[in-house]
Amino acid sequence: MDVQAWTTLIVGLTFALYIGIAIRTRAGSTGEFYVAGGGVPPMANGMATAADWMSAASFISMAGIISFRGLDASIYLMGWTGGYVLLALLLAPYLRKFGRFTVPDFVGDRYDSSAARLVAVVAALFVSFTYVAGQMRGVGLVFSRFLGVDVETGVMIGMVVVFVYAVLGGMKGITYTQVAQYCVLIFAYLVPAIFISLYVAGHAVPQVGLGSTISGTSTFLLDRLDGLHADLGFPLYTERNLPRIELFAATLALMVGTAGLPHVIIRFYTVPRVRDARLSAGWALVFIAILYTTAPAIAVFARTNLLNTVAGKPYADMPEWFKKWESTKLIQFDDKNGDGLIQYVGPGYTDPETGLAVANELKVDNDIMVLANPEIADLPNWVIGLVAAGGLAAALSTAAGLLLVISTSISHDLLKRTFMPRITERGELWAARGAAAVGVVVAGWLGIDPPGFVSEVVAFAFGLAAASFFPVILMGIFSRRMNREGAISGMVSGLLFTAGYIAWFKFIHPELALRENYLFGISPIGIGSVGMALNFAVALLVSRFFPPPPAHIQALVSSVRTPRGAGEAHEISVP
Amino acid sequence: MPEPTPSASADEAARLAAYWRANVRALAVLLSIWFAVSFGCGILFVDQLNAYRLPGTGFKLGFWFAQQGAIYVFIVLIFAYVVVMNRLDKKYGFDEQ
Repeated sequence: MDVQAWTTLIVGLTFALYIGIAIRTRAGSTGEFYVAGGGVPPMANGMATAADWMSAASFISMAGIISFRGLDASIYLMGWTGGYVLLALLLAPYLRKFGRFTVPDFVGDRYDSSAARLVAVVAALFVSFTYVAGQMRGVGLVFSRFLGVDVETGVMIGMVVVFVYAVLGGMKGITYTQVAQYCVLIFAYLVPAIFISLYVAGHAVPQVGLGSTISGTSTFLLDRLDGLHADLGFPLYTERNLPRIELFAATLALMVGTAGLPHVIIRFYTVPRVRDARLSAGWALVFIAILYTTAPAIAVFARTNLLNTVAGKPYADMPEWFKKWESTKLIQFDDKNGDGLIQYVGPGYTDPETGLAVANELKVDNDIMVLANPEIADLPNWVIGLVAAGGLAAALSTAAGLLLVISTSISHDLLKRTFMPRITERGELWAARGAAAVGVVVAGWLGIDPPGFVSEVVAFAFGLAAASFFPVILMGIFSRRMNREGAISGMVSGLLFTAGYIAWFKFIHPELALRENYLFGISPIGIGSVGMALNFAVALLVSRFFPPPPAHIQALVSSVRTPRGAGEAHEISVP
Repeated sequence: MPEPTPSASADEAARLAAYWRANVRALAVLLSIWFAVSFGCGILFVDQLNAYRLPGTGFKLGFWFAQQGAIYVFIVLIFAYVVVMNRLDKKYGFDEQ
């Protein structure tokens, strides 16, 4: 069977599986729709969280980014895993004890303020919409590259599938589909990695293969790669190139942003007890770490393979995959000196014989490293089909989690808790379904015709989550003295500063986006950590000028701090 | 949630305060390690650590912490927290039935 037949078969089977699960796990109440009835076992929730969290970017792009940036790309590896330590230790157990449905629920109740709730809803909607658009785009790209349909059709198919299980099943349907999607995506990620690790380093575990010698030699793989980089004028792979402050700020913003993302936080409302919330965060990180510790190995294998295959070689001798990906513009070759050889070199490279500068002639897109890896390593066709199914699983599972946040923000936070407190449970459930349906359509539209900001979604989503949710939730638990005036002014100043800074350098004056113009030398991706610090500082200062929160709020804080008595997440009674 | 009876509430408040102090102490220790392995070994001192190797492998030590080691330590930290907190919950009588 050829690649397309295998891909169609595997993708078709996995989609049938997801829809089958969704039909078996339809949600019958708002409790089931919002938090799966609160009965998800911790390990299953950990797996669902891992799928929820790992998006098209983690699956398709991350290994490629590491491959091209080496040590500097550690910000993503540490940032997107270290956040789970913050989540497990500082947020998840307390929010589980609080036991409602959403993040704005906590913000609104703890600070006893509809204004605080509304600010939180707006932030949650903005973060989720930008993020979900990127997922639908990922779905469209995988379809167009592997199944030969155009991006629009691919996005439509993705919309229909997500629609079926997110709109029907709510959190209950999503949870069990995500468990299945995790299994698909991790299998799809590991199979090529293990094949290549065996081939390159003679070791089946990629994490060990990465630190081993190249098969049949006594040279370590990483030394060989650093040697190639030095010869070709690229910065050394295993050494730092960016300033420490940039790496520090970016890692912190990604960690804190991870801990503050609403679609991740709400997964911890679905387990039965507080101790399960802690355990479940541990399992989530185990399942995420399997992919995140494999990615650096794939990055090094792929980088070494690529340099060995293309650098200094005649264009005419390039293998079939090179031509194929060239036609999608993900590989671009421009024979500047007309010698028919591919000069793939770093900046400032000079010819060792003549001493003259040599221009780089090859551009390779980040996404190639995972998508084309099986072809570059000459793996069987079914592995290529598997990678396509894995990319789709990663994108769809994240999209579904985000859609749930969008629908609960509207049906629960806006309607039930703010504007229509007397809405019936049945009415609220239908409002949630309707909001999810509208969310799917808007996400698909953003995915087909993305406005410019979609590619900057990482900086935006993480920066805003770091500058708003994380500080306001943390202070709500750890400080009894924090009052609504402090919390709102902190949240608003953190949000405005971060959004303003990113907008300034990304959209208003992109030509000024140089390190010497940045505040403290921190680029937009790391600015969320400054926004977070600002949020804390403003909140602590302003809260001193207003009275401490009333007794019933202080009692709520005490109750959140102890695990005993955490019932199923529940609807509050309307007075 | 069962409300404490008035006579038990003073004891309850004292237990809660002691439980919370123990919790915050555990957090401080675990988060110091979290900071040390990621921001410390993986960023601030990565250049110095890169002068050494993880014995028997091709990993420079700083590079290993930044791309592998820190993640393994994060997992250990969360499970350590689970164990510590389950003990504290029991010791102070806040565990879930």
